[in-house]
Amino acid sequence: MSEALLEVKGLKKHFETKKGMLHAIDGVDFAIREGETLGLVGESGCGKSTTGRAILRLHEPSSGQVLYRGEDVTRLSPARMKAMRRRMQIVFQDPYSSLNPRLPVAELIAEPLRVNRVYARKPEEAERVAAVMELVGLEARLIDSYPHELDGGRRQRIGIARALSVEPEFVVLDEPVSALDVCIQAQILNLMAELQRKLGLTYLFISHNLSVVKHVSDRIAVMYLGKIVELSDYKSIFVEPLHPYTQALLSAIPTTRPERRKERIILEGDVPSPIEPSPGCRFCGRCRYRRERCAAETPELREVGAGRFVACHYYDALGEKKGN
Amino acid sequence: MNDANAKPAAARRGRKGRVLEVWRRLKRNRLAMAGLAILAVLFLTALLADLVAPFPSDKQDLENTFSFPSRAHLFGTDEFGRDILSRVIHGSRISLSVGFLAVGFSVVIGGAIGAVAGFYGKRIDNVLMRFMDVLMSIPQILLAISIVAALGPGLWNLMIAVGISSIPGYARIVRASVLSIKDREYIEAARAAGSGDARIIFRHIVPNCLAPIIVQSTLGVATAILTAAGLSFIGLGIQPPTPEWGAMLSGGRGYIRDYWYMTLFPGLAIVFTILGLNVLGDGLRDALDPRLKSSR
Repeated sequence: MSEALLEVKGLKKHFETKKGMLHAIDGVDFAIREGETLGLVGESGCGKSTTGRAILRLHEPSSGQVLYRGEDVTRLSPARMKAMRRRMQIVFQDPYSSLNPRLPVAELIAEPLRVNRVYARKPEEAERVAAVMELVGLEARLIDSYPHELDGGRRQRIGIARALSVEPEFVVLDEPVSALDVCIQAQILNLMAELQRKLGLTYLFISHNLSVVKHVSDRIAVMYLGKIVELSDYKSIFVEPLHPYTQALLSAIPTTRPERRKERIILEGDVPSPIEPSPGCRFCGRCRYRRERCAAETPELREVGAGRFVACHYYDALGEKKGN
Repeated sequence: MNDANAKPAAARRGRKGRVLEVWRRLKRNRLAMAGLAILAVLFLTALLADLVAPFPSDKQDLENTFSFPSRAHLFGTDEFGRDILSRVIHGSRISLSVGFLAVGFSVVIGGAIGAVAGFYGKRIDNVLMRFMDVLMSIPQILLAISIVAALGPGLWNLMIAVGISSIPGYARIVRASVLSIKDREYIEAARAAGSGDARIIFRHIVPNCLAPIIVQSTLGVATAILTAAGLSFIGLGIQPPTPEWGAMLSGGRGYIRDYWYMTLFPGLAIVFTILGLNVLGDGLRDALDPRLKSSR
């Protein structure tokens, strides 16, 4: 395995609200190896998008480190951060609101090139724009179109072209397909896989859709209420989920073979508020295996097997309990 | 790659091309073109006032006061026998420059204040907008009066006074649109590309809040002309023999029962200026918005 391209250590992002401090991300650790795709799943509001944005400092992290090839991104000066942005890009969820409606396709794609003064001469820039458009499968004739004239799939291709125009190594994909039709989702996912192969990209793939994440990820991190509860390679997570939340999540995936359906775990109650959360395990109020220690002590993410991490005090006791 | 080189026809139109495109869309809007024509005529007469006007603006003819519009005096004459047509023509210079320059001044300053307040938010927003609120709490005309009283009468001071007194309105409008736009994802995308604040404001936010600015400023020109007229009326603006539409309007007010043409013609001049501006402004707003391109 190649070394880590990006390492996130103890990343926190708190927002001040009128009701108190909102812990959007509360100490997240993971590493992404060069060339791999790390899937980040969780329900809405769990902080997965905030994590992606905090890594790129679109939201300034409250504390923690983001090491990119060993360099702490969170401490870079504005000038060096600007240079760093060429290496880390993002594709947004909504291709309708992520494109400036006043700019035609060519300007949208050229914008990062201009901001970073990549090319001194216009013809070179135009050539690069044309090359990126071809790379993502946008017809050259669309160069003067405006975003509102195009369908969701093409718009998302513009978003991808914009991110790739400056030749980044690492791309945060923030729910890149969840606003698209199912058939276009597949096209975009395949495009992204192809681009990763061709350009050697590293992805952080954020999604709430387990089947999409399963399709694209090498490893998967499951997030719940601002914390990562489980992180493993994609097979282990689907075959043998360790954290009670992951188990519940997986049991909710619809199956095409009802006769082989496993026990469905129905969670009780709601996700607790992320504003001034109580100490202890975040999941403890809804966990069917909870014990006293869970409410008192926050379980840390620890390695429990080769490349498998889980944040649960009693993950190994869960099997017995289930047997009872 | 080959594909891109093989098709030079797909090369983009560039900035010039987009200006032409806006013009083409504007041309299709007949109302806007009528507005443009009205304004063009007004500006031409203002520029060529000395050539177009039949009489000097201050030539008195005391035997011929209050004469009804006739062949010799198309718009009639006023209480000193001055030709109203000539005074309307010469007055266009003053009124148009007061209207446009004052509005230009307040749109630029007010817009900048509003954009900065909306974009940076928090304390900066609070300080700037409370200051604007203070200005707003004083009636516009009173504010203009106090400014012009402090600076002294004169064309430039009049424009500055009218301009400053309408700054808060623009600041509010721009701030509101900036607030609605700054959280869109494309602003975040610009930031992810490495854009600085200035580039984000001027390239991504301001173009997207042009519509309310255009509407407000076309109406603002009318208000500015009328405010200037009001100031002239109480002797703080344009000084008497100099012709100015607002001053003529208020000067003729006392005679409106018997000699209505003294107020009618300068009034019509103001009406046409505003009308032309409004329809042109509407057309321009639509032509500048690429989203509306196909809908017409």
